[in-house]
Amino acid sequence: MITLKIIQQPTVPLEAECLTPDRLVELTNDQIRAAVLYHGKRQVRVDEFFQVDGEQSDTIELHGDLGRVRHLGRQMSRGTITIHGDTGMHLGAQMSGGEIEVFGNAGDWLGGEMRGGRIRIHGRAGQQVGAAYRGSLVGMRGGSIFVDGAVGIETGMRMKRGLIVAGGRAGDFVGLQMKGGTILLRQGAEIRTGAWMQRGTIISLKDLQLMPTFAYSGTYNPTFANVLAGRLAKLGTELPFDVSEGGYERYCGDRAVPGKGEVLIWKPR
Amino acid sequence: MIDATGMVVFPGGVDVHTHVAGGSINFARAMTPEDHRRTQAFIRTKTRRSGLGGMAPTTFATGYLYAGMGYTTVNEAAVPVLSARHTHEELSDIPIVDKSSLVLMANNEIFLDLLDEGETERAKQVIAWYLWAAKAYGIKAVNPGGVAAWKYGDNASQLTSPVSGYKNVTPGSIVAQLAQIIDELGIPHPIHLHCNNLGAPGNVSTTLETMKHLEGRRAHFAHLQYHAYGGDDWGTMRSATVELAEYFNSHPNMTTDAGAVLFGDTVTITADGPWQHLLYKLTGRKWGNLDVENETGCGIVPYTYKPSNLVNAVQWATGLELLLLIDDPWRVFMSTDHPNGACFWRYPEILQLLMSADFRKECMASLPANIKNRITLPEIDREYTLYELATIISAGPARALGLNQKGNLGIGADADVVIYNRSVNIAEMFGHPRYVIKGGEIVIEEGDIRETPDGREYVIKPSFDPGIDDFLQPLFEDRYCMSFKNYPVEMERIENPHLQDCKPQQ
Repeated sequence: MITLKIIQQPTVPLEAECLTPDRLVELTNDQIRAAVLYHGKRQVRVDEFFQVDGEQSDTIELHGDLGRVRHLGRQMSRGTITIHGDTGMHLGAQMSGGEIEVFGNAGDWLGGEMRGGRIRIHGRAGQQVGAAYRGSLVGMRGGSIFVDGAVGIETGMRMKRGLIVAGGRAGDFVGLQMKGGTILLRQGAEIRTGAWMQRGTIISLKDLQLMPTFAYSGTYNPTFANVLAGRLAKLGTELPFDVSEGGYERYCGDRAVPGKGEVLIWKPR
Repeated sequence: MIDATGMVVFPGGVDVHTHVAGGSINFARAMTPEDHRRTQAFIRTKTRRSGLGGMAPTTFATGYLYAGMGYTTVNEAAVPVLSARHTHEELSDIPIVDKSSLVLMANNEIFLDLLDEGETERAKQVIAWYLWAAKAYGIKAVNPGGVAAWKYGDNASQLTSPVSGYKNVTPGSIVAQLAQIIDELGIPHPIHLHCNNLGAPGNVSTTLETMKHLEGRRAHFAHLQYHAYGGDDWGTMRSATVELAEYFNSHPNMTTDAGAVLFGDTVTITADGPWQHLLYKLTGRKWGNLDVENETGCGIVPYTYKPSNLVNAVQWATGLELLLLIDDPWRVFMSTDHPNGACFWRYPEILQLLMSADFRKECMASLPANIKNRITLPEIDREYTLYELATIISAGPARALGLNQKGNLGIGADADVVIYNRSVNIAEMFGHPRYVIKGGEIVIEEGDIRETPDGREYVIKPSFDPGIDDFLQPLFEDRYCMSFKNYPVEMERIENPHLQDCKPQQ
């Protein structure tokens, strides 16, 4: 295991895209210390900001307030990163495998354009979780993101596949221009949920204020909810599906695009 | 001293039609941040500025990339006079290469009004005034009348029908009168024409008709590939290069550039607003549209050419067919209409396709099966010689632009020389010259940028009656948002200007 402990707060964002299991698994302790980070526009060594223990491992643990450290786990495909503290923007961006767990809060663009793997945040997350970067046609394409706390605006913007679970309340524009995949909102969301959505599913366990371009199309208990509930249960998240407990109101939209997406709102009995 | 024994020596490349500076390419840069993230980055060094390559390279990177493949002169082919100042600012930030620019005229409302009223002489004065105001090198015509009509939600597809909003002006008359004015003013480069109906199946009839309107005059047909289609709709679209090349070969008054297409991602930019709207409707992707008051329009749509797409496959073959079927290399030039057909830094891939019939066959194997009978490429065995290649990438375009100091290695020519290591891998050979010499200075050596001198900008000053100001000023105050005094680009704005002769031929 490799342990990195922050010893000095960066004065401007610290770009740490080299801190991934894929990269560090090949490096000795000395090489990790000498690896290059960008402190603003300046190149710095890892050991200027971190105390480094361990070498050649794809299990990485980070400690301290990393709120200004960006791009951790960028493009990782294997291994695990565990963070005890808050992290900065772009955590796990474009990752294709492996696991990230944060005992703290995450910044914006968490799992931006990720393709696979799993991210679990025990605090809250910032804006644009699993979203497409500016200009891109497609956001998240696979993998799953679990956030225990609240998430910000544009969660799952242009996502195509994968799963996002928000334990807390979500901001505006959840699933903006969504093309597929699933978003589960345990505490509902602010306004304009599913705007421009073309396909995909947004499930909310609390009432939502929906846009007029979503049409009510019945209340039911979809079969796939059982399947999803089974998978989620293994990952420690509950999803109601039983008829005796209630049912889902289904709204289709966004008719403004026009889209074939669906918003399911749980109505307990 | 360079020992070039056994190496291949070319004069520096000349790009007759490219989009590297100004409002439209800058709009394209702004619209494609996703490309900037994945593309080649130029890191700042002591001699080099930072920049990005990709679909629409940044200014400094444009200079490095052009010089890096042995090009030393580029012609920015579409500048609205209103954004000429911006264009010159960007051109001065493109290092190493020499530059020139063409202004858009075929949809200028003041000019069209004059044509409508039959005031040809005054129209000529206005054109000359505009050219000098823009500090440009020549005249470009894009979809004559069509862009003006687009502002009324219309297009101009028939050469002999009046343009929306006008009584007499037709696309055919615009083209013919512009060509005449250009000859009378003695502008070194002929009318640079983007015909009507670009990209539409069956548009070869429009192109041939336009060529007939220009018989007996000099003319340069831009990106001919986009104007060489047969068929009635997207389902029946085919290449019509055989009939087009046959006509072209027998009419020595014309030159053209290929506007070839390569498969991959790019961003299409053109002053042809109506066509870009159609392309946006076809792709459902991003679309940018600009209305340049009184003068022209502009549309931007990111696009991906796919070998599996029948239309794209036909376009790919059409560009190559034109280069191979037009038998005089002095009249057909290398271009991809950068960035429309492909980015300019991919030219070496096209050169490889031209030099090897076997390689073409290999590439054709991945095209859809139903492309048979839609293209002629499989029947063409011609392979370019190095001499012909030097003609289409350098000597021919230099001659068409009237730049006698370019495109040759004779006495008195600029010392723009490219030296290649001879190699069987053509794309590699032309993509990575051993030396590039610009104005006698070694700028590239084995792929490294050694020096980044500033290039020149070619400008012409056609003679016109200074009294034309009195005619234009009231019109400007009535129609333009910019004041008359602020409109012309000052000569001091141009870095290293070089005035070329502009004299009517006797």
